[in-house]
Amino acid sequence: MQSDNLLALSTSKKVTGWKLFLKTVIARAYPRIIGQQREKSWIFFDIFMPMLAVAAYVYVYRAIGAPEEYVGFVVIGGAMTAFWMNVLWSMSSQLYWEKEQGNLALYIMAPNSMMAILLGMAVGGLFATTLRAVAIIVLGSLMFHVQYTVASFTQLLLVFFLAMTALYGMGMMSASLFLLLSREAWHLSNLAQEPIYLVSGFYFPIKSLNFWVAVAASFIPLTLGLDAMRQLIFPSGAALGFLDVKVEIGVLLVLCVIFLAGAKWLLDYMERLAIREGRITESRR
Amino acid sequence: MNRSEITRSFVMATWLGWQVESNWTDPFLFAIYVIIKPLANAAILVVMYSIITGGDYHSPLFPYIYLGNAFYIYVGAVMAGVSWAVIDDREHYKTLKYMYIAPINIPFYWLGRGVSRFLIGTVAVIITLGAGVLFLHLPLDLTQVNWGLFLISLIVGVTMLAMMGLILASITLMVAHHFFLIGEAVAGALYLFSGAIFPLEVLPVWLRPIGYFMPITYWLELMRRSLIGEVAEAFPTLSQFSNLQLLGILLGLTLLFALIAILTFRWCDHRARELGLIDLVSNY
Repeated sequence: MQSDNLLALSTSKKVTGWKLFLKTVIARAYPRIIGQQREKSWIFFDIFMPMLAVAAYVYVYRAIGAPEEYVGFVVIGGAMTAFWMNVLWSMSSQLYWEKEQGNLALYIMAPNSMMAILLGMAVGGLFATTLRAVAIIVLGSLMFHVQYTVASFTQLLLVFFLAMTALYGMGMMSASLFLLLSREAWHLSNLAQEPIYLVSGFYFPIKSLNFWVAVAASFIPLTLGLDAMRQLIFPSGAALGFLDVKVEIGVLLVLCVIFLAGAKWLLDYMERLAIREGRITESRR
Repeated sequence: MNRSEITRSFVMATWLGWQVESNWTDPFLFAIYVIIKPLANAAILVVMYSIITGGDYHSPLFPYIYLGNAFYIYVGAVMAGVSWAVIDDREHYKTLKYMYIAPINIPFYWLGRGVSRFLIGTVAVIITLGAGVLFLHLPLDLTQVNWGLFLISLIVGVTMLAMMGLILASITLMVAHHFFLIGEAVAGALYLFSGAIFPLEVLPVWLRPIGYFMPITYWLELMRRSLIGEVAEAFPTLSQFSNLQLLGILLGLTLLFALIAILTFRWCDHRARELGLIDLVSNY
């Protein structure tokens, strides 16, 4: 029996190069797409929690007599929180969880690229979260009677694609930083929720903030992505927009390049550093 | 039940909870961590309010929203703090089974674990209120505060939140560790239904009874009335009740939730022991 297994191992076809990269991406994306749908309570909470915040902020706007388009701003912002939460908890701090559960050492020992693993996490997470975000938009729009007027579908799709690429690139980059963290990873992720909702204008137009605060917040891809999407789907969006949509698309393109290149460089550096300092298997609880 | 066992469990858990919450970093970073989150949360509401009203901070609605949001920090802190102790001990540190065989009282141990979050929450509430007074003209005059009502409401309210936390902790004992915590989910839901950041009249009629059944609604009203009396009276939600009536309702509901907490703990504890869930590790 044992010899049969050894024979099977020796005769199995070795996959290398881009094929191995692709197989790793698919393998890591699989649990994100399939596994997350199996745990029904996760689907419920992923939609239910942002919906609670959406409803609360919608009723605040109604209590203070805000124009109805602000309700739409909140619904779209609430849907986008699902992506931020996913990047924060399932990208940035993922390598910390993997370390806690003992998988990180296996990832590094295996003959695959860590970049492929992170990319798999990103692709799977993006797909699963998009389903949740769509559910939030549909539910929110039905509950609060939100009307949309799309100015350009092409630009809207381009903005979404660029914002997500840059956002998940940012997540891949920060994942490598979290590689060095232990218990503080949980707290830092926890800390990066409300302040980001504030500076990125999840529940109000970013233009309302100070210009330089908005410029600094534009480093987070969702800030400009959200602003551009609001400009493209609400009639009054353009008047409340921070920058011209074309400028925002250009900035998002630059952010995509910076974050993806930064993720590759930082991951290589941090992996070497973590191995040298013996942090791959440490567990400082 | 041995009195010293209760005291020992509570005090030891308070110390342990504080260590778990605070010793992951240096005091400076921890202080920033404690301050930034609640201030950002309050700032979101302040920006939303100022965009629409053009910065009319003298309207009674502003202190209503601001105070409700500030004191709601306690709800998340105490309720989620108590219930989180179960997950933390069972799944992360894997010490719940040792707690069970130690000579301690488990419900008081969980309540003690929530104290650290209560202390952190207190700092956050004070800073949020301070920022409101200093920068946003929050009409809070310390010489006009009804301190007696404030202290009694605070003590009864925190006890009520601890009882709700104990109910959630007992339920948590029966379920696997999920990404979103039961405590946070319930706190999030009650944020919507307890009139924390908008008067209950804004909710659809069929949703309002949930708010009227929740003790948090009455507690927040009492906190507002004790700090800025005329603000709370500007809204019709509970204007027909006197302070004493509100306090009576809050006390009654607190006793009811305490009874539910005892019964829930007994049942969940028994089931968890029978099903072997005390050392459950779901690895999520």
